[in-house]
Amino acid sequence: MLKFIGKRFLWMIVTLWVIITVTFILMRFAPGSPLDIDDVGMSDQARENMMAHYNLDQPVILQYLNYLKNAITFDFGPSMVTRSREVSDMLASGFPASLQLGLVTLILAVISGIILGVLAALRHNKLIDYMTMFIAIIGISIPNFIQAMLFIQYISSQFDFFPTAQWGTWRHAILPALALASGPIAIIARMTRSNMLEVLTEDYIKTAKAKGLSNFQIVVKHALRNALLPVITILGVLVASIFTGSFVVERIFAIPGVGQYFVESITNRDYPMIMATTIIYSTIFIIMMFIVDVVYGIVDPRIQLHKKEE
Amino acid sequence: MEDRSPKKSASNVPDEWFVPLPKEEQQETIHHKGDSYWKDVMGRLFANKLAVTGLILIILLTIMAIIGPFLTEHTYRSQSILNSNTAPNSTYWFGSDELGRDVFTRVWYGARVSLFIGLAAALIEFVIGVTYGGVSGYRGGKVDNVMMRIVDVLYGLPYLLVVVLLMVVMGPGLFTIIIALSITGWIGMARLVRGQVLQLKNAEYVLASRVLGGSNNRIIRKHLLPNTSGPIIVSMTLTIPTAIFAEAFLSFLGLGVQAPVASWGTMANDALGVIQTGYWWRLFFPAFFISLTMFAFNVFGDGLRDALDPKMRK
Amino acid sequence: MTEATTKELLLEVDDLHVSFPTKRGEVQAVRGVSFSLYKGETLAIVGESGCGKSVTAQSLMRLVSTPPKSGSIRYKGEELTTKTEKQMQKLRGLEMGMIFQDPMTSLNPVITVGEQIREGLLRHQKMSKDEATKEAIEMLRLVGIADPDKRMKQYPHQFSGGMRQRLMIAMALVCKPDILIADEPTTALDVTIQAQIIELFQEIQRKTGVAIIIITHDLGVVAQIADRICVMYAGKIAETGTSYEVFKEHRHPYTEGILKSVPRMDGNRDVPLIPVPGTPPNLMNPPVGCPFYMRCDYAMKVCKEVAPPRTDCNESHYVHCWLQDERAPSIKQLHS
Repeated sequence: MLKFIGKRFLWMIVTLWVIITVTFILMRFAPGSPLDIDDVGMSDQARENMMAHYNLDQPVILQYLNYLKNAITFDFGPSMVTRSREVSDMLASGFPASLQLGLVTLILAVISGIILGVLAALRHNKLIDYMTMFIAIIGISIPNFIQAMLFIQYISSQFDFFPTAQWGTWRHAILPALALASGPIAIIARMTRSNMLEVLTEDYIKTAKAKGLSNFQIVVKHALRNALLPVITILGVLVASIFTGSFVVERIFAIPGVGQYFVESITNRDYPMIMATTIIYSTIFIIMMFIVDVVYGIVDPRIQLHKKEE
Repeated sequence: MEDRSPKKSASNVPDEWFVPLPKEEQQETIHHKGDSYWKDVMGRLFANKLAVTGLILIILLTIMAIIGPFLTEHTYRSQSILNSNTAPNSTYWFGSDELGRDVFTRVWYGARVSLFIGLAAALIEFVIGVTYGGVSGYRGGKVDNVMMRIVDVLYGLPYLLVVVLLMVVMGPGLFTIIIALSITGWIGMARLVRGQVLQLKNAEYVLASRVLGGSNNRIIRKHLLPNTSGPIIVSMTLTIPTAIFAEAFLSFLGLGVQAPVASWGTMANDALGVIQTGYWWRLFFPAFFISLTMFAFNVFGDGLRDALDPKMRK
Repeated sequence: MTEATTKELLLEVDDLHVSFPTKRGEVQAVRGVSFSLYKGETLAIVGESGCGKSVTAQSLMRLVSTPPKSGSIRYKGEELTTKTEKQMQKLRGLEMGMIFQDPMTSLNPVITVGEQIREGLLRHQKMSKDEATKEAIEMLRLVGIADPDKRMKQYPHQFSGGMRQRLMIAMALVCKPDILIADEPTTALDVTIQAQIIELFQEIQRKTGVAIIIITHDLGVVAQIADRICVMYAGKIAETGTSYEVFKEHRHPYTEGILKSVPRMDGNRDVPLIPVPGTPPNLMNPPVGCPFYMRCDYAMKVCKEVAPPRTDCNESHYVHCWLQDERAPSIKQLHS
């Protein structure tokens, strides 16, 4: 067990290193840094100072090592665009809103996805099943940013109950969270449903029935646990999709989160900001995947935690 | 067929029936059902109404992507400031945008972009993924180990974030989108193909074929290809909506195709500024058609998967 | 063994019919099966795969997705076919326990075996968790699992196939039911383990007096354990009798056929093994007459046309075969 976690942890570090290095290489080759733009009134001297400031005058290898060190300490220097602000400060200021939105979305997605999936499986080939699966396919088909915009156009403009700009009360969170969650809800619901249908045909369900257990006991104790195990494995990927979705949804709802800064930094080619956001989000994603693997190993007694999943 | 009461039936039976039954009358007519695998698959697919709906929608959308832009006198880029933001009417069927460009023409032009990217992504995914996964699975051992470590690292990266990063570096444009999508998109396919190959390599019927002296070539042609093609086709079909979504997402971020080229993502992005002004058609039409396209490919892909895998049919 | 007939009647199945709807039509899996089970005896239901023996067994506890089409199942005089699902739940596990063919898939992989054994007790008996745990440990000891306290906390994958079947037996018997239904309990096991499990059945029957219905196609198992035997073919009973009657005085050509197809235990190795040729009929569209006529060496015209009536040989032995009709020619005449 510990050996598995150790190995998995090492693997996580390797992946992180790859990400940091790849971002560095990509940014080195990236065209059009803000310093290239013929800024009004930027003298050659000023430009050189800037270059020195970002270590762009040093040999590549030194730049790389410097960068690696900074990445580990989450020190990404000042933003190239908003030069007065440190990137890490900007990220820190956007983080609470993004975290709130992300958590609300994740909880909403997991709970409603599982409930819908189980209901659909238990009412297999009945109206609830068809309706749930139809809603799910719609949820997968309408991109989250389209949903977000449709919500604004058709819901929040009609009902004052759902404010669009700003961030603060729980009412601000409802529509963006719904737009972000509907895809994950659909994926979880479909997966839960098909796992549930498969598990319900297993022999051990028949055994449980033969013991005289109630339907409730059979579903909750014997079927649900087995059906939900594989759902854990996709949580990592879902978190990633919620991240990327939040970039655009935050922008559409004008939520002051990391995502909005990120979108701005893309438009402005603010490389330190782009790199920082990429590295931080990738780190969170990789840590999530790590946690998912370990949790799966703990929850499923069959996994001896040395077999890698296919 | 029902059990008759013994006494009655026994006494009713004529005595002359107690003679040996001729051997030929002992044969039961054997109903041979010789449907081929693919015929079976097609039968199941076409019995699935949702999948058929998806297929019909895909065909209609493709036709409209081809002919749609020619149906009006407008081109996707012709501007008419006098007619900016007009609601749908007889000249601008889907209305016009703030530069007076025809939304109808642009929507179908966007369909071309989306379908082209979807198809290109699926094809590239197919070529790279099948080659990589096939080699890795078939060779096995050290080669497999190294190749799969690489895939593991790539798999551990958040897909869309990497695409965004690549787009930032490579700059926007139709072909950079396809490249960016291809760099990360094949991983799922490679894992799928490798898994299938490994499983089949050890399957007993393949072993049987090998024992009987089947050549590698024959095994690949007769066993591996027919058995792996199902999941591969499904994966390709489901890649298309993913790629269409990615393109729209990138275009929405300003990283996708550049003006004046129309795509559903850029049109939605343009509509963001006027979202609370009542120019509903600016968002509605691109939103509707991107959703419809994704819906069509998703239900068709699902139907295909169900048809190919009868075990999973519930 | 034959005195079993004078004992208390536990279960009486009469003219049971069970069908399943499928896309291509209705499969008539069980087509009029009747038998009875007495306290403390072992009844074996024997037949090829697909003959409806498992469906019959599962129908006794109403575990089949479709309720019996017609016929009756009476347990201690109570009709089971008309009971509601809720009423059946009270009965399952408490009055009848059941174990299944594959011990590898019949245990829930993510729940400890202790919990899986205990939960039946907690469901049916007013018992604290501690009492139930004690009882479960006792049960594990009874089925021959060493170190039961420790084993209680383990998961099914930590047990071997034979051990898992012991767990299944413990699970089925923990509420001390009157009937144990074992559906091919040895089929998935190694031969040596099979023998151990059969011995365990006998030992448990001695200790608890439970009546056993064992479903199997393995005549070796049957010879060892059964008091009475039902031979099933294509959803019907071909022949029923005591173990001795079926093995030594059988009247049905099918019984003859399956007995000839397995090695004899009594040392006569010179007798060649003769498989029963052909395959059972399609139960979607079963033959009008005797279902065995296509594979029968002695088939007559009547066999194809009319289902054979029941012929009682004695109180415990009956057979469904036209050869028992007085008008039938002798076997020698037929077998040419």
